[in-house]
Amino acid sequence: MQTAIAPAPHTPAPGDHDYSVTGIDSRKLGMWGFLASECLFFGALISSHLLYRARAPQGVKIPHDVYDIPYTSVSSFVLLMSSLTMVLALAAIQRGDHHRLRIWLLATAFLGTLFVGGQVYEVTVFTHEGLNLSSSVAASSFFVLTGFHGVHVTVGILWLLSLAGISLRGKLPAENHLWVEIAGLYWHFVDVVWILIFTVVYLVPNKH
Amino acid sequence: MAVALTRAPARPFARPKEEHGFWSWISTVDHKRIGILYGVTAFLFFIVGGSEALMIRMQLAAPNGKVLTADEYNQLFTMHGTTMVFLVIMPLAAAFGNYFVPLLIGARDVAFPRLNAFGYWVFLSGGLLLYSSFLFGGAPNGGWFGYAPQTIGRFSPGHGIDFWLVGLIITGIGSLTAAANFIVTTLNLRAPGMTLMRMPVFVWMNLVVSFLLLFAIPIITVALFELYFDRNFGSNFFNANLGGDPVLWQHLFWLFGHPEVYILILPAMGIVSEVLPVFSRKPLFGYSVVVFSGIAIGFMGWGVWAHHMFAVGLGPVANSAFAASTMFIAVPTGVKIFNWLATTWGGDLRLKTPMLFALGFIGMFTIGGLSGVTHAVVPADYQQTDTYYIVAHFHYVLFGGAIFGLFAGAYYWAPVVTGKMLDETLGKIHFWLMLIGFNLAFGPMHILGLQGQPRRTYQYPKGMGWDFWNAVSTIGAFTIALSILTFTINIFKTMKSKERAPQDPWDARTLEWTIPTPPPEYNFAEIPVVHARDDFWHRKYTEDEQGRLVRIPSGGSDETSALHEQHADSDDSGHGDGHGHGIHMPSPSYFPALASVGIMIVGYGAIYHWWIGAIGGVILLAGVFGWGNEPLSE
Repeated sequence: MQTAIAPAPHTPAPGDHDYSVTGIDSRKLGMWGFLASECLFFGALISSHLLYRARAPQGVKIPHDVYDIPYTSVSSFVLLMSSLTMVLALAAIQRGDHHRLRIWLLATAFLGTLFVGGQVYEVTVFTHEGLNLSSSVAASSFFVLTGFHGVHVTVGILWLLSLAGISLRGKLPAENHLWVEIAGLYWHFVDVVWILIFTVVYLVPNKH
Repeated sequence: MAVALTRAPARPFARPKEEHGFWSWISTVDHKRIGILYGVTAFLFFIVGGSEALMIRMQLAAPNGKVLTADEYNQLFTMHGTTMVFLVIMPLAAAFGNYFVPLLIGARDVAFPRLNAFGYWVFLSGGLLLYSSFLFGGAPNGGWFGYAPQTIGRFSPGHGIDFWLVGLIITGIGSLTAAANFIVTTLNLRAPGMTLMRMPVFVWMNLVVSFLLLFAIPIITVALFELYFDRNFGSNFFNANLGGDPVLWQHLFWLFGHPEVYILILPAMGIVSEVLPVFSRKPLFGYSVVVFSGIAIGFMGWGVWAHHMFAVGLGPVANSAFAASTMFIAVPTGVKIFNWLATTWGGDLRLKTPMLFALGFIGMFTIGGLSGVTHAVVPADYQQTDTYYIVAHFHYVLFGGAIFGLFAGAYYWAPVVTGKMLDETLGKIHFWLMLIGFNLAFGPMHILGLQGQPRRTYQYPKGMGWDFWNAVSTIGAFTIALSILTFTINIFKTMKSKERAPQDPWDARTLEWTIPTPPPEYNFAEIPVVHARDDFWHRKYTEDEQGRLVRIPSGGSDETSALHEQHADSDDSGHGDGHGHGIHMPSPSYFPALASVGIMIVGYGAIYHWWIGAIGGVILLAGVFGWGNEPLSE
């Protein structure tokens, strides 16, 4: 059924703009390259935090003193579910089902927003409990790491909303499903990074 | 008219149509023009960075120099280092990469033409922002390495370091987009038959460098952000009172900084690997070994960073491990040197200017490599750290290596870019002045360093025995300046000259010489089919039974003249719908430049007030959305 709807395959010749020796679309390969670079970005941030996670003056709280694991587990689950809706969005456009594409894109953006809102709430609570950007090196590295992750989710939300808007104006035809796929690659990556952060930063126990 | 009226309201910016003049350069997405922009900008920064070096050398020419104050001296050596690394050698390599990678692999363009333009404009924005610090209360003065906690707010007040941090984050964005673009271009857009192991070595080295950039830039970006938050938002990454660790900065900086060294040198190694075979009239000796050595350097470059930190006190185990890995990385480097020598061995050498620079590269780089191995010996390094011996070493690899290699490329490829030859006599004067000046300037620094003269110190007292060699070094620095002046004169002379270079003037081996010069916008009227490594050479020559070269009678030259006719028939301006060959090239766009302006203003906002940043953010978003809504070509 998919093949019936999909437009006739266009095989780019050498010199054409969409020509690809590897068979992987250039835009997709570029995205993979960017994500490879992002691994090192978050790798350096997580390493900084691992070095500092327990460093604070006597009597000053470190992040582990204020974590609310059940709460963060729920918000992590929300973000994880957004990867599912992202996959459904891609499947929808590949079927040519533009209505469901927009529903799932908006659902993904909504779940992402819920996660970011949860982050903002968490930071507010932590601040009230005496953990802020300046209170210790452990806190500094925690907030900068999770802050950069939050910025990445926010960029992803803007991207998804833009795609939904383009689709609403009828400018996202089924043959451009790659646009959704590339946004999805980014979204899943940001999601996976959070799983890593949640495990390494929140769950791995730590002594003061 | 009616058409124009119906189309006009659809978008805020009319699609640029200019083919010549100022706006055509702002909106260009042609990889060759972007390459020229990179090259010219980097050369201007080279003049600026060189002038800073001359002021440093004037200050140090005699004991108790009075030319500069201590603070001015600190600003100048910081800006000299930062400029030469980030605003000269990296963009010069990007200039050659942009211009020649598509030509060398038989492609019409890079994979992402607008992202390519964006990379250039972002680099320029970062560079201009960095240099605007001179107008806003003083340039950064913490060294190109910016060691924290020396650079945190308490010890480095003012905005100088902030300009350094934000400027480098911004140029980093440009490096990252360029790297992703090169990787995809090289992997995806090769002409039929251009397998990976037939690619010219320059393309290979550019690919390795792109991967290094892709993985090294994010690491320094994190370090820069951490220090930025420390200085501006009260975080405490490097506040030693709260347990902040100065070694964290050093690890992050050098984990970027050592791959960076290979980012700077590998493109020059690639260029030399193109030049030597052409002027020896022999194929590159051990092509695959040269390629794999380059890849090996790329990998091993990640395991040697702590040799910049031997004196920090990481302990004997770490120091020994990094000493061993540092000595080991000299092996693939040495392999390359021997391959280059073997390429010239028994060759029919023609000592034209590009060849002189390539040979100069081998000699100078070998000296720098050898002094580098002496740093790998930890006890010796304890003695050498922070002395002029180190300054001598890295100038031998980065100036004697990278800059000599890049000049080899400039003389070699000038006929492709301009359609004219650079003057040989002036070129040779340039080479000899530079070689002599370079050795006068940096050779004595080995002696000064071993005698104990410290780096980054604005005065030295009388009677240390350093006077003579410092004076010699300053004379050398001005000799280099004279050589660069010669080069500049050569460029202007060539620009004025009407004499066209012959097609394929060096009897070269690779695809960029098969097309008219300067190349049309679409590069190849017909995409070539590649049958061998050094494909163009094999179209021109074959071997007889004794292994002697025989020119194929109906080969190269005729083929090229046929090509000329073919191109003469076509609409050579390369624009319009048909492009003469029905080739559709990407249309120019303002949005990459607009987005970069937005980023630059965001940068000022990050240093001064959030509302400046908000204005920049709006411009950036306008650029990005305009870009996204605009088709690649129309």
